[in-house]
Amino acid sequence: MPHDPVSAQPRVVVLAGGLSHERDVSLRSGRRVAEALRSTGLEVTVHDVDADLVPALTEARPDLVWPLLHGASGEDGSVRDVLELLGVRALGTGPRASRVAWSKPIAKTSVTRAGIATPDFVTLPQSLFRELGASRVMDAVVARLGLPLVVKPSRGGSALGVTLVRTADELPGAMVSCFAYGDTALIERAVEGTELAISVIDLDGTPQALPAVEVVTDGPYDYDARYNPGRTEYFAPARLPDDVAARAAETAVAAHRALGLSHLSRTDLIVDADGVPWFLEVNVAPGMTETSLFPQAAEAGGHHLADLYRRLVEAGLRQG
Amino acid sequence: MTEETRPGEPLSGPTPTPAAGTRLDRWLGAYAARTHGMRASEIRALFAVANRPEVVSLAGGMPYLEGLPLDVIGELAQRVVQTRGTTALQYGSGQGDEGLREQILEVMRLEGIEAHPDDVVVTTGSQQALDLVTRLFVDPGDVVVAEAPSYVGALGVFRAYEADVVHVPLDAHGIVPEALETTLADLAREGRRVKFLYTIPNFHNPAGVTLSRERRPRILEIAQRHGVLVVEDNPYGLLGFEGDPLPAMRSVDDEGVIYLGSFSKTFAPGYRVGWAVAPHAVREKLVLASESAILCPSNASQLAISGYLATCDWKGQVKAFRELYRERRDAMIGALAEHLPDATWTVPDGGFYTWVRLPDGLDAKAMLPRAVTARVAYVPGTAFYADGQGADHVRLSFCFPTPDRIREGVRRLAGVVSAESELVSLFGTGGARPGDDMQSPGPDLA
Repeated sequence: MPHDPVSAQPRVVVLAGGLSHERDVSLRSGRRVAEALRSTGLEVTVHDVDADLVPALTEARPDLVWPLLHGASGEDGSVRDVLELLGVRALGTGPRASRVAWSKPIAKTSVTRAGIATPDFVTLPQSLFRELGASRVMDAVVARLGLPLVVKPSRGGSALGVTLVRTADELPGAMVSCFAYGDTALIERAVEGTELAISVIDLDGTPQALPAVEVVTDGPYDYDARYNPGRTEYFAPARLPDDVAARAAETAVAAHRALGLSHLSRTDLIVDADGVPWFLEVNVAPGMTETSLFPQAAEAGGHHLADLYRRLVEAGLRQG
Repeated sequence: MTEETRPGEPLSGPTPTPAAGTRLDRWLGAYAARTHGMRASEIRALFAVANRPEVVSLAGGMPYLEGLPLDVIGELAQRVVQTRGTTALQYGSGQGDEGLREQILEVMRLEGIEAHPDDVVVTTGSQQALDLVTRLFVDPGDVVVAEAPSYVGALGVFRAYEADVVHVPLDAHGIVPEALETTLADLAREGRRVKFLYTIPNFHNPAGVTLSRERRPRILEIAQRHGVLVVEDNPYGLLGFEGDPLPAMRSVDDEGVIYLGSFSKTFAPGYRVGWAVAPHAVREKLVLASESAILCPSNASQLAISGYLATCDWKGQVKAFRELYRERRDAMIGALAEHLPDATWTVPDGGFYTWVRLPDGLDAKAMLPRAVTARVAYVPGTAFYADGQGADHVRLSFCFPTPDRIREGVRRLAGVVSAESELVSLFGTGGARPGDDMQSPGPDLA
């Protein structure tokens, strides 16, 4: 039954878990968000993506589902397709735009059309290396893009399978690590500069950037650096001149618009020495754990987290 | 943080530029030096998926508790609280319940150990006994000698006390005496302080092998000659598939051996009851150390186990477990032979694990995400070494999944190995990166 604004609080189901490599992160995100929403008086349950989900949603008829799934079916739009089939309203980006955002090469190509800079890249399936000879393809990649390079699975998050390649002889190992997570690799020119994550919220059709979070690590911003507090230093807002910060924020908002995203997103980018923001990737279900970037950005923007989550839910109820 | 804004209001709150960044941990400067080495492992995160029913987990060392008479055990637990509740729910002796210590002697007698109840210290799982022994003996930089490979949970304890683990190879008959001799002699020559030899003589975790009857006195003699204490960790000794258990090392040397026992594998890990048997002076210190750590082991758990040992056919239960695990071992070995002809593996005569060497060039840690995608999980071999070895091995456990699930898991693993082999031959290299080893086992891997 639809939510009756007079007599009851909206009922929200947070989806977390799933079978992706990022299950653990998703579960933590889901618990955090659910707890915050409950503190605002909402009735919230957390549900895994499993065989019980469809009957549970059919029976409970929640007013809104907040998918906090990271990776695979949670971010590629397919779970959202099912939610649409069930007629359940969901917060965040719809299935078609999710599919575009989830594929890093397609997202990069899409934002390029909107005039956003993104590092040169190639997208290569594992089968191509087999057909053409791995060393020939790798030589061509290095000749074309130069060094250093970043190798990452074309889909997925939490830096899983991502390697910074400084010399050509590191490339084969990086390819093997990457292909353990998926069968297509995105290889892009590594841009040196300030690493930023810019979260965007869109409560009324006007996406707005939250303060950029600058990420400084003593090595790669890998899984440990992301989830083990202490390894990484965060600056929110980022230590950038105002004009550069504004340009970076505009880039994130432009990417959000260009990709047709809804309610919330997080764009990862690097600002080079000339102050140019380079788009790397976008997340339609940004992490919400204790060490995640979206909550840091929200707090740096002066938002009370629970209140902001509540307002996102209300936006979802209005627009979904 | 500023006061809340309401819907419809502009979202731009004041954003003062912070003087410094945050590391999201205000106590970062306060940690002990040893804490800074702890890492968040993506390998451990992958195990979050392994617990889903879609995944055949050949990773965990969880006993098959559905094999237990849970109704009877439930009644026992109820009776403990109803009839002895004021004891069961109260603090107890730091050394452990005397009645249970008597019964533990009966358990150990099956492996030839004769001891006095006063020699036994009950602990919160034998994992705590291992922690206490290490705490008593190891200063930072001291050497602990362990088999190569060795139990991941022991390595975690040794690392926590900043021990320097030196591995000694084992073969199909357990730790190799000549290698132990050489290692101890080398360490003595280097002036290193070796505090103890940590060994799992029966149905080794992870290697699956058993120290042969012939080697046992030789290992003890070598250790004794070098003045090195032996820590004999024996959680699986009663779970042999063939014949009677071999005599424990403690059964022939009560001064040079600390023996660690456990109810976790033969009964139920949820009670968290294990024990140590130590020479009397060591035992006194173990009790003091345990009291300072936990005051006393759980009386409720001890009395429940005591009741189980007193009133149930626990030997029959262990026998039933042996049959069950043998059938699963057979399923595992049969499936490996059928699906993974290019790998090699140990054939355990008991316990929970087989140790599989992957085809050349494969890296078990790098391959794990592919395995999780294929809905099968294992523990990469590097977890069982302190020095980064083991990338070419996996530990497969056959204790928890049914034989059909084991066969299906190995079939999936074979597909993963095949795909990874193709990848590695394509690129001529493995994909592992250093630095993300598991640093502690987590309950799934014990």
